[in-house]
Amino acid sequence: MTMTIKKIKDRAFFYGVCFFSFLTVVPLVAIIWELVSKGYKQINWSFFTESAPSTFEAMLAKQSGDILPGGIANGITGTLLMVCLAAIIAIPVGIFAGVYLAEKPKSKYAAVIRFIADLLQGTPSIIIGIIAYAWVVKPLGSYSALAGATALMIMMLPLIIRSTEETLKMLPGSLKEAAAALGAPYYTIVLRILLPSAFGGLFTGTLLAVSRVTGETAPLMLTALGSTAINWDVTAPTSAVPLLIWEFYNDPNLADMIWSSSLFLMALILILNLIAKQVAKKWRIQ
Amino acid sequence: MENPIIETNTPILRLNNVSVSYTPGKNAVNNVSVDIEENRITAIMGPSGCGKSTLLRAINRMHDLYPNIKTTGEIYLRGENIMEMDAMTVRRKAGMVFQRPNPFPTMSIAENVLAGYKLNGLRLSRGEKDEIIESSLRDVGLWDEVKDTLNKRGSFLSGGQQQRLCIARAVALKPEVLLMDEPTSALDPIATKRIESLLLELKKQFTIIIVTHNMSQAARISHKSMFMYLGELVEYDYTKKMFTSPTDKRTESYLSGKIG
Repeated sequence: MTMTIKKIKDRAFFYGVCFFSFLTVVPLVAIIWELVSKGYKQINWSFFTESAPSTFEAMLAKQSGDILPGGIANGITGTLLMVCLAAIIAIPVGIFAGVYLAEKPKSKYAAVIRFIADLLQGTPSIIIGIIAYAWVVKPLGSYSALAGATALMIMMLPLIIRSTEETLKMLPGSLKEAAAALGAPYYTIVLRILLPSAFGGLFTGTLLAVSRVTGETAPLMLTALGSTAINWDVTAPTSAVPLLIWEFYNDPNLADMIWSSSLFLMALILILNLIAKQVAKKWRIQ
Repeated sequence: MENPIIETNTPILRLNNVSVSYTPGKNAVNNVSVDIEENRITAIMGPSGCGKSTLLRAINRMHDLYPNIKTTGEIYLRGENIMEMDAMTVRRKAGMVFQRPNPFPTMSIAENVLAGYKLNGLRLSRGEKDEIIESSLRDVGLWDEVKDTLNKRGSFLSGGQQQRLCIARAVALKPEVLLMDEPTSALDPIATKRIESLLLELKKQFTIIIVTHNMSQAARISHKSMFMYLGELVEYDYTKKMFTSPTDKRTESYLSGKIG
């Protein structure tokens, strides 16, 4: 008798767990469905190669019942430009700061860095945008890709620092000793043994930081501003995919573009995350 | 130094009042003075925590990696005080093999053998590389097992093979001394036997100091043995003599299994 009640409870508990996990999947699937069903029409070759249409062009197309002309090439190139610029600085600086934290975990200086990195990670992105505005936009006198990249770089740093630290801490101490026992100088131990052995973790951490800032909008509004044309000049205002989504949202004629750009951004971030996961699996520390 | 043993061999290594402390005022190794003979296997025995590994790691200045560890005294390698030498030079002259096999996971078997050269920025010609790889792997009896898979990762090998690869990595640099820190404690009996017979071969080329908690291993392969207890060197003598007629009571109790 008691056995059956226990069994029923077990069952009920199990189905409850299933139900709630299903609940969390529902919105995710719904989001993807919404983006795909509303966005797929706009996705064609020119979506990737042409700049965003003007309101007028869009209005004409709508009146004749066509899909909107143009694409989001100015956003894609802008995102690429700014994320790459940010990564060029943030990756080496973040990795070396992470090496320091892992190598001297108990020093006071490390505690300070760790605290600042955590604080930075929790800082609202709009504040980072304001800082980049004050530090770069004001002195240069113009909105620019450089300013946008600065904001993204500041946002990437803590992610890379902490993931580097965590990965290096997972390496067995014997690895470092084995290299030291061969007479290797300290810098070669770090550069040729520790960092390569931690490659999987470093790569994953970096990719997740990239995917994290790729979707950032608020800091770019205050720094990169946006541009209607493809721009490779780092000192000029530049567009980005999330900025375009915001612009499309503000223009009723361009509303159809919201969904396709959102679908693109979501797919991009999904792909980055999937790559990160695969790399982490393949290069995990033995 | 007074020594009752008549030296048949020149000492390659002389330790003079070596002490090591992890915390100030507390010596993990206390005033150890010994002479180590060339081309012999010298064993360091003793119960866990007696300071045998600590003493061994003083010889290649491994303690320098940890700023809280202090080493005092003198260690002469062929008459030169290694405490005054550059630590990296010392480590190239005194190779080390660790308890657990630790081949570099990102490197192939061949790269692991050459790691000492690569990490020290020493350039080798293609021919020199091939020669070092083959001779080092032959030295550890691994050549026939891996000659077709030299470009595979070292981590694919079995534990015993990995440990022999680590020994090959150490001997590739042609060190004066090989320091072995319980090199067989993570291996099965067959792999252990293999390494023991390998060490008997290697002593023709190298001076070997081996830390072991396995008394019979010390008895099987070593020429002389040190017995350490609570950081002190209690007894240092020919292994045969120590096992048959130890002079110190503590050695006797350890060898008969009463302490340890």
